[in-house]
Parts: sequence; structure tokens; C-alpha cells
Amino acid sequence: MLNISGLSEGIVLDHIQAGKSLDIYYHLGLDKLECQVAIIKNAKSSKMGRKDIIKIEGPLDSLNLEVLGYIDHNITVNIIRDNKIVEKKTLKLPRKITNVIQCKNPRCITSIEQELPHIFYLSDTATETYRCMYCEEKYGK
Amino acid sequence: MRHLLNPLDFSVEEISSLLDLASDIEHNLPRYAHVCDGKKIATLFYEPSTRTRLSFESAMLNLGGSVLGFSSASSSSAAKGESVSDTIRMVSCYADICAMRHPKEGAPLVASLHSSIPVINAGDGGHQHPTQTLTDLMTIRSLLGRLDNMTVGLCGDLKFGRTVHSLINALVRYPNVRFLLISPTELKIPEYIREDVLRANNIEFVEVDSLDAAMPELDILYMTRVQRERFFNEEDYIRLKDCYILDKAKMKLAKDHMFVLHPLPRVNEISVEVDDDPRAAYFRQVQYGVYVRMALIMTLLEVAKPC
Repeated sequence: MLNISGLSEGIVLDHIQAGKSLDIYYHLGLDKLECQVAIIKNAKSSKMGRKDIIKIEGPLDSLNLEVLGYIDHNITVNIIRDNKIVEKKTLKLPRKITNVIQCKNPRCITSIEQELPHIFYLSDTATETYRCMYCEEKYGK
Repeated sequence: MRHLLNPLDFSVEEISSLLDLASDIEHNLPRYAHVCDGKKIATLFYEPSTRTRLSFESAMLNLGGSVLGFSSASSSSAAKGESVSDTIRMVSCYADICAMRHPKEGAPLVASLHSSIPVINAGDGGHQHPTQTLTDLMTIRSLLGRLDNMTVGLCGDLKFGRTVHSLINALVRYPNVRFLLISPTELKIPEYIREDVLRANNIEFVEVDSLDAAMPELDILYMTRVQRERFFNEEDYIRLKDCYILDKAKMKLAKDHMFVLHPLPRVNEISVEVDDDPRAAYFRQVQYGVYVRMALIMTLLEVAKPC
């Protein structure tokens, strides 16, 4: 049994699809933070079989939940204060995401103007399809 | 302030008003000779397009306005590395409205985000070409007297042909328009047009590879050129460029009141022997393009119709 100490203050990202935790770690920019981060891979889950979990220590107001919603909106976000879960946030597919993914269309204006933000909008909720705001090219996850 | 970046930026009602204005211009051209006195249009053409640029310039000159601009990226500050957003900020100080053609998709949208003057997308890569669509709609409405209840054949490069994509997007908003999509497998309509536009709107369409078989069914035949500049591979271009050639023999298969449109320039996909056929409407289409651009300039500049 692997023991990781509990958080007194911070965020627990639970129900991460097994194997996706490192993607999330980098997408959220956790590698650039100085706080303690625990990544638990392949934890047993009654709901999912296996899952990943990320525990992040400290107040993290700037955490971009929009990014998280795009990557996997089934993730549960638990806000911890005084060793207790004070809030459980559920995620939604964001309508617009900025600088999370990059347009791969070689004919897109973003391919030559590097300073432009890469903005995608949700064009179909059922199929979770995002399209580049500029060239409307579909982004395949 | 409004821009025109996508044919769908205007509602069906707005397009109807615009085409009414264009039609009035067609029949009363001298009355519009001074409605844009003192106004300037900047034609920002980052890739060559004689036809579209001259059409915009002709439209503004017909309205009494004047024109400035450039006709290739090499003669603009883009050659020095200036961004689209910086260029449009500068141009906003010089002109009242601008028409932008750019090889990269989405460039006019970038311009519109930083512009203080109306931006007209005059073609962005393989993406959109809304004024060609307005031209096509005006041509069809003028020739057939309607934009509904018809079978439209789109032939040639349906993959990269932005005029085709824009026209489909525009026509699906009218009732009972059916499409025959005539192309080789390699140049079929993109999946997003097939799924998100045609299927999503329950539009009847058939994908075929024989122009001969399609001809008798058509009310409008929209021919397109296979564009060398859209291919990354020259061999593919050479293999596909002559896949459809409309000639007199094929025209014999068509209805008497079918009309042939083409966004031009043509290479050899329409034989010159077809030019004298009264159903060949592609040069009339060019003239309609000027009227509809005049109407568009007036609309975006909020210039009143002359009394």
C-alpha cells in the first residue's frame, strides 16, 4: 500500500483517466510551481477500474479549470481546507479554450503569425469537437 | 461597425436586402455614381487575384470613391515581416473600408479584431470567399428568379475550392435546394461540409464522379478550377487538373434553362466553344460581382440609397 500524506490546504484532482495525469500536470503548468505535487497513477477505483489522482498543496486560485474541462470534464476537483473537502467542483467542456492546443492546419494564419493566441471554440458538444477560431479546422484529440 | 468574413455573417433577410440593392444598382447605375464621394477602399491583396481586386476597385470607383492598396505580399510591408494586425491598424488610418485577400486562412478575421474600419474577406486560403458567394447568389437569383427549389451541381475541386464551400453554406439556408457533388475521389467535399453543413441540415445531396450523368438533372452547374496553389504536391495537381472538361457535347445533355457558373479564372475545365451558349453565364457573373460589391460597400459603410 502506497501512503501519501493528506492535504491540509490544496486541491485534489480525482477520477483522472488512468495514464492522463502527466498530461494534466504539464497542461496546468504544475511543473512550474514550487508547491508539493503528488501524482498517483493507476490507483484502484470502484467507478473506473483504474484512475490517476493529482494532489496539489497550497492555495491555487490561478489553476486553469478551463484547461482541465477540455482535457477531461469527468475529473472531480476537490478543494481542501483545514484537512476537509470544502467544495467539489464538476467540470464542463469549455466553450472556448486559449493556448491549450495548437492549430495543425498549415494553411492557418497561426502557422505564420507566431504571436497569435491559439483559440478554439466548441463547435459540437455531442462529439466534443473543437474548431480553430481562425481557419475553423477541426482539432482531433 | 460590421465586417463580412463569412457568407453566414449576413442573415437570409440581409442577403435578400443586399441583392435587392445590387439589382437596383444594376438597373440604375448612374444614380449611384456619387454615393461614396470622398470614401476610400484599401485592397490588401497578399496573393494575386486580378479579378476580385479589380472587381472591388471597379465597384468603389462606380460609387464615386477612390482606391488604394497592394496586389501582392511582396509589394507590401508583409515582406518585411509586418503582422496582419499591425497592417490593418495602419490601413485603418488611410481608408474607410478594406478588402483583404490572404493565402492564410483566418487572416481577415485577425484583421477584423484590430480594425477600426469594416473588413471584407476577399478570400482566405481554402477557407471562405464570401463576396464570391454573394456574386453567385445574385447571379443565380437574376438568372433563375429564385434561390430555392433547384438542383445545383458543383463540379471539380470540391476539396480546396473555397467558393464551393461558401456557396453550399449559403444555399442550405433556402428551401428545397439539392446538390450533386461531382468530383474525383481525391477532391471530394471536406468531411466538415458533408457532416456539419449538409447532413446536419438534412440537405439532399449525392456525391458522384460522372459529369455526363449529372447534367440532365441540373438547374445550375457550378464549375471550378483545380487550383495549383492549393496542392503541396505537383504530381497530384497534374494528375487531377483535367478531370472534368465541359464542352458542347456535355451541354447537349443539359436542360434548356440550366446555367453554367464559374468563379473564374478558368483554365481548360470549360471549353471556349461553350462560351457562346446562352446558358454560359460566367461572364455575366463577373458583372453581377461588381454590382453586389457596390451594394456591399454601401451597406458596410452605411451609405444611404440615393433618392
